[in-house]
Amino acid sequence: MATIIPGRKACTTNPLKMSAPIGAALAFLGMDRALPLLHGSQGCTAFGLVLFVRHFRETIPLQTTAMNEVTTILGGLENIEQALLNIKKRANPALIGICSTGITEAKGDDVAGFLKLIRDKHPELAGTEVVYTSTPDFVGGFSDGWAKAVSAMVDALVPPTKVRTPWQVNILAGCHLTPGDIEEIRETVEAFGLTPIVLPDLSGSLDGHIPETFLPHTLGGTRLADVKRMGASAITIAIGEQMRPAAALLEKKAGVPFRVFERLTGLAACDAFIALLSDLSEQDVPLKYRRQRSQLQDAMLDGHFYFGEQKVAIAAEPDLLFALSHFFADMGATVSCAIAPQDAPVLARVAAETVRIGDLGDFEEHAAGCDLLVTHSHGRQAAARLGIPFWRAGLPTFDRLGVAHKVSVGYRGTRDLIFEVGNVFMEQLHAHEQHVTPASLRPDLHRAGPAPAVDAPARAGH
Amino acid sequence: MSALKQRIDSLLIEPGCATNQAKSDKARKEGCKKPLTPGAAAGGCAFDGAKIALQPVVDVAHLVHGPIACEGNSWDSRHVYSSGAQTYRTGFTTDMAEFDVIYGGEKRLYRAIKEIIDKVNPPAIFVYQTCLPAMIGDDVEGVCRAASAKFGTPVIPVNAPGFAGSKNLGNKLGGEALLDHVVGTLEPEYTTACDINLIGEYNVVGELWQVKPLFDALGIRVLASFCGDARYRDIAGSHRAKAAIMLCSQALINIARKMQERYDIPFFEGSFYGIADMSDCLRKISALLVTKGAPADLPARAEALIAREEARAWARLEKYRARLAGKRVLLFTGGVKSWSVVSALQEVGMEIVGTSMRKSTQGDRAKVVEIMGTDAHMFDELPPREMYRMLKESQADVMLSGGRSQFVALKAKTPWVEINQERHHAYTGYDGVVNLVAEIDKALHNPIWSQVRQPAPWEQPEGWGAA
Repeated sequence: MATIIPGRKACTTNPLKMSAPIGAALAFLGMDRALPLLHGSQGCTAFGLVLFVRHFRETIPLQTTAMNEVTTILGGLENIEQALLNIKKRANPALIGICSTGITEAKGDDVAGFLKLIRDKHPELAGTEVVYTSTPDFVGGFSDGWAKAVSAMVDALVPPTKVRTPWQVNILAGCHLTPGDIEEIRETVEAFGLTPIVLPDLSGSLDGHIPETFLPHTLGGTRLADVKRMGASAITIAIGEQMRPAAALLEKKAGVPFRVFERLTGLAACDAFIALLSDLSEQDVPLKYRRQRSQLQDAMLDGHFYFGEQKVAIAAEPDLLFALSHFFADMGATVSCAIAPQDAPVLARVAAETVRIGDLGDFEEHAAGCDLLVTHSHGRQAAARLGIPFWRAGLPTFDRLGVAHKVSVGYRGTRDLIFEVGNVFMEQLHAHEQHVTPASLRPDLHRAGPAPAVDAPARAGH
Repeated sequence: MSALKQRIDSLLIEPGCATNQAKSDKARKEGCKKPLTPGAAAGGCAFDGAKIALQPVVDVAHLVHGPIACEGNSWDSRHVYSSGAQTYRTGFTTDMAEFDVIYGGEKRLYRAIKEIIDKVNPPAIFVYQTCLPAMIGDDVEGVCRAASAKFGTPVIPVNAPGFAGSKNLGNKLGGEALLDHVVGTLEPEYTTACDINLIGEYNVVGELWQVKPLFDALGIRVLASFCGDARYRDIAGSHRAKAAIMLCSQALINIARKMQERYDIPFFEGSFYGIADMSDCLRKISALLVTKGAPADLPARAEALIAREEARAWARLEKYRARLAGKRVLLFTGGVKSWSVVSALQEVGMEIVGTSMRKSTQGDRAKVVEIMGTDAHMFDELPPREMYRMLKESQADVMLSGGRSQFVALKAKTPWVEINQERHHAYTGYDGVVNLVAEIDKALHNPIWSQVRQPAPWEQPEGWGAA
């Protein structure tokens, strides 16, 4: 059990945290033909948009209700109304996901009430679902916003049903999973003859592909028709503790039992997942996964030399911090500095003695002396100053290519993660070898004592 | 009417602004506020604009008073360079929580200021007001005053909450903070007859440094740059400059005009993009300085430098002319870059098939017409869908734009060059033109284009295997 140390500073220095509204917006970006709408001033949208563009290297459809000083005080009914009509006219998306922000929450806009009025007044909005989620900037962080948006979608879009489709499986994906991770999970589920419905599904929308034509909304993701069938699934598999509330809500609404996988990285975690799929499908584990499991075991054998006793510092969103901390612990490394941007129940189970709620300023202070730094791209300044190897994980990663396709779940993902991180450690080992001298190994014995007496002059040649 | 509202209104009828000068009295009174359209708006807020304008002051701590969104989602994203202090790269924010919203964030802000002074001890702290504390009534100016008095470090309030308006307005509100609290508060160590201010040059990827040697060569000292690679002291002592160049269209025109009024510092609008524009700047500033007491031979020396630099730039551009002549460019940027870049590209024989006038002033428009001979290819808005169509139909060979529209071009399998603030190459001055042309050449002639445009074998019209 990790002890949680709350932050006490008045001034956050080099933020690790990002806001809840853009976390919610990203969840909506995992929906097909969707367009998220932040209810706030236009800067709220612009910052989120730039952040996602830099990370995913994709066009990001994201709109704003463009609140100003006056409309904030008077209330945002008209702005929401205009925004919905404009978006309907220009983009005609299947889903508009509205996320509130700090100012509209502090004002207390009754968005759910607004939406009723607007729906009644504008039948032309028919054919577009509107889902609202309350995400004040001043409460929680990115993963909280994501979790709230997923719950809001389950609440608004999944009807109760008595039908059960035994081969249909719901996957609730946490925000720490990449499009590549989701693809891996889907393939695995399908390999057992099961049909997954993934919510939200960034692998459809932000996996970096080239559409045939220009689309003003998302280019793929979970289809609404599939979300509406989620109540008939045999089970919900929630990945990441952040997805527990949405899974519980789905159970309450439609009676779908659920199981939370706190992580899908690591041998034991993957075994549990594969065993569940085998039980559900009543099928033997396909040869492919038996082979991959064996490869992972081999990778652990090859890799453990380089992980053993390494000291690692991690700063990440709660579920990612949890998964990575256990990955390193499984391989024999010690997580001696763990920082989360905001509190979450899963933090108590992180594989570290303490977890600090803090920022990258705290990270820089407490990571000194570690062998590896793990955080998102904003850690680059700290890494440069500390001179410690830096391995990037989490969003935003704007200074590396291919982040959407990085896979760290499943046997294969864990295997590759061992290689990737192991190589960073191995490189350090080589760098270290170059500097080894007799003096550096035993400086206490290596003193400039008297030179030994020469007993005979050396003879040149033979 | 709030003080902020009055301030904004005065900026919106800025008399120095050419757009305003061209308006009728009645239209001018109405100001230039463009209402944003909900559901169809793009672009940053006033806070973003203020931060862009002021963050390049490198030795100052920039503290954002607001919830995590304002700084947490945006920090460490601008490539402005420093030749020394790195303080400006640290993201400081009060990260307001629910408690602060209910009880007010003033105490937290005061403590945050103290923490920064204890830890970093910068020459000054700029405190950025944002929407949420503005809405709940946090008295940021009062806290800054109290903190300045208590700690003896200038703590400067920047009153530009996001919902006040656009990024451009925010630039100007940032400028107002400098005028109200910084400019004229310190004396420079010494002055010369050739001291100038550069207003609206942010040293993005070191662009200021590409131009500064030209001024150095003429013995012209950049006393203060607003605010590229600036030190707090530079800005505080900038009132002793003899003349100024206003860059970046009119984003900081209020600084230029008010410093002319208050300190008799004449200015003109110039641009460092393009050979002709750069030469024009050197000519005008030399002439202006002579009227203020600079050596009489300065213009002649400037001409000699211009002749030398232009010849060198042309010689370096020569090898691109054959490779780029007749290539069609779609230019999607705003303001000053529209006309500066148009002339630069025409210099190597490229054809401009369209240019955006999004953030441009009337003067910018007139200049584009003058350079291109027609306004046929100017557009105010180019929705992404239309942009995509143009590129997909091969109406342009290359697009130059900001990062936002990068992927519209790439998804249409069209070469693209970054030209806005996220750019990685410096495009100012004589060398900058060569850099820009080299970047365009590099993008256009990359071998990937013919490969990615090739359909898959099974999608060939003549059928799979026929080839």
